[in-house]
Amino acid sequence: MSRHKKMVSIGLHTLLTVLAVIWLIPVFWLLISSFRAEKGAYTSNLLPQRFTFDNYIRLFTDTRLFNFPRWFMNTLFVAVCSCIITTLLTLMVAYVYSRLRFRSRKGLMNISLILGMFPGFMSMIAIYHFMKAIGLDQTLLALILVYSGGAALNYYIAKGFFDTIPKALDEAARIDGASRHVIFWKIILPNSKPIVVNTAINAFIAPWVDFIFVSVIMKDNYNNYTVAKGLYTMVDKANIFEYYTSFCAGAVLVSIPIVCLFIKIQKYYVAGVTAGASKG
Amino acid sequence: MILLNLIYFLAEVVLACFFFGFGFKYLSHFGTLGENTQLKVWNEELQIYERTTGDNSMLILLFSVFTIAALILFIYILILLIKNVRAIIRLRKEGKHIASFRELLLDLLDKKFHITLLAAPMTTLVLFTVLPIVFMILIAFTNFDSDHQPPGELFTWTGLTNVTDVFLGNATKTHTFFGILGWTFVWAILATFTNYILGMLLAIVINHKLVKFKKMWRTLFIISIAIPQFVSLLLIARALEPAGAINVALMKAGIISAPLPFLSNTLLARICVVIINMWIGIPYTMMTFSGVLMNIPAELYESSEIDGAGVLQSFVSITLPYMIFVTAPATITTFVSNINNFNVIYLLTGGGPFALDYYQAGKTDLLVTWLYKLTVDHHDYALASTIGIFIFMIVSTVSLAVYNHTGSVKREDMFQ
Repeated sequence: MSRHKKMVSIGLHTLLTVLAVIWLIPVFWLLISSFRAEKGAYTSNLLPQRFTFDNYIRLFTDTRLFNFPRWFMNTLFVAVCSCIITTLLTLMVAYVYSRLRFRSRKGLMNISLILGMFPGFMSMIAIYHFMKAIGLDQTLLALILVYSGGAALNYYIAKGFFDTIPKALDEAARIDGASRHVIFWKIILPNSKPIVVNTAINAFIAPWVDFIFVSVIMKDNYNNYTVAKGLYTMVDKANIFEYYTSFCAGAVLVSIPIVCLFIKIQKYYVAGVTAGASKG
Repeated sequence: MILLNLIYFLAEVVLACFFFGFGFKYLSHFGTLGENTQLKVWNEELQIYERTTGDNSMLILLFSVFTIAALILFIYILILLIKNVRAIIRLRKEGKHIASFRELLLDLLDKKFHITLLAAPMTTLVLFTVLPIVFMILIAFTNFDSDHQPPGELFTWTGLTNVTDVFLGNATKTHTFFGILGWTFVWAILATFTNYILGMLLAIVINHKLVKFKKMWRTLFIISIAIPQFVSLLLIARALEPAGAINVALMKAGIISAPLPFLSNTLLARICVVIINMWIGIPYTMMTFSGVLMNIPAELYESSEIDGAGVLQSFVSITLPYMIFVTAPATITTFVSNINNFNVIYLLTGGGPFALDYYQAGKTDLLVTWLYKLTVDHHDYALASTIGIFIFMIVSTVSLAVYNHTGSVKREDMFQ
């Protein structure tokens, strides 16, 4: 390696190290705060004076006001249900638009595009009152419906993927007498593992990070909160001093699985972003 | 086909029952949204005030929307029914085979498979997206605000008052609206381009051929975006406060003597949200560009090397144009999502510093966070809906302009 190359290499690695440190400081901060023994959001010392596991233990034992284990199970339940429903609905819609040709196809696709441009918050009050009218407000079922109700709008990435599966495959199956129903389940889906995984993981993560719709639908029913809304409540003005370190501990527990899933889907993420574009 | 007609007929009966048993009493008040205000009446026997049941404008409007949707469905099925009966009569006359119910069902799995697949997604879409949006659009033409809250008070149609209020009528609201609109655009442009350029640079650095452990570097940056935003942004917001970690650290290092007002000074707060947004957004753009960089055909570089191009020249004439071309649609999507970037603003500053000359808003509020505050904190639904419609118009204009300029949508059939 020449001298020049060595210098460039050292320079680049130093730059990356500095940047990585900047990006990881908040993560590190979260971790040490979750082990901090002193209470409160602000401390005069940057580093904790004493370390403890109490914040974690407290999350699972002290359930009088904030029932973290229950929130965790709520979120898991909602996430699994809405993940299954959303994945199914999204793939069905994507397959229809990608493979089937019928009169209102273009029209439906355009309407979906237009509907997606309305800010989501606009309709949340209407949804709340609708849920209330059918007796579902403050229930987990309502949350599942809200998270999976819009699945028909998020078909773009899956459709882009289906478009790349050769049509010859379908045609060969049709000659063998397979109906479109069989083609969808037996040929398209088994060939689309990446997009199934991607859609499912994204749908699974959504309930873990959303605190807006939960606030609107659950109001003050603490027991039916999900972890995101629950943790968010822990740091509002009334509770922050008492619960800040517990919030950090809970946040760590929620983040670990999400980080793992995220690392798993990163390659699909890149494929998804560029899939629509590279064809143009 | 005869059985199918029977099913259609049953559906018609159910819808008709819904209409006369439930929907009609709401729809009949649709014109006024209710006349009888809830009153307090003194009850002599029990010695308490009792509330009479008045009309509830909100429910009248909500159920009217649903009833109208049911009515449209009713007419649609009626047309199907008539068509079917006609088809049967014609087929009978011609002595042709009338499809049995079983054959019709099998058709749903093959020729008409799209109906089967779309039935469930479209139902949820109509119930949880379309009808709520229609409802909220209608709200924009009423005076549903904090002074007109059902069931206590009624609200009613006020025509275009909200729109004229925002644009010319009400000085505070107009000032707020245009102030926030301007900042929303400045923010969206800054947020998009800082992330675009720096994310691209980071991707180039990581993918440089001298850099080792590429995958490890990428993963390090991804960890930060995988942490839920409500966690990371709340932590950073706490750290930026006067007694927060950043001020403490700066004071201990002796750089400043008094805490900096990161979130309470307008200019500082605006700079902060843009910088913090870089922390959030650059890993995303880095990931996108990494994918793009790896996909650039190697032949392009080989041929340019043969032609004697240097590193810089092949970067300017191959890498850069290719990356910009491929990521153009994604960049526009990012721009649009930055216009609606709720999390970064709401969790970091909450829209603050609060502005006295603004109507229920702060200096870093975007249209979408203003909409949220008006809805959730101030129950100013009519104004919020008006702003929602306006956001829709901005977003659709930007998107339409772009979709007309990218081929990938127009020619979506070509590459299949």
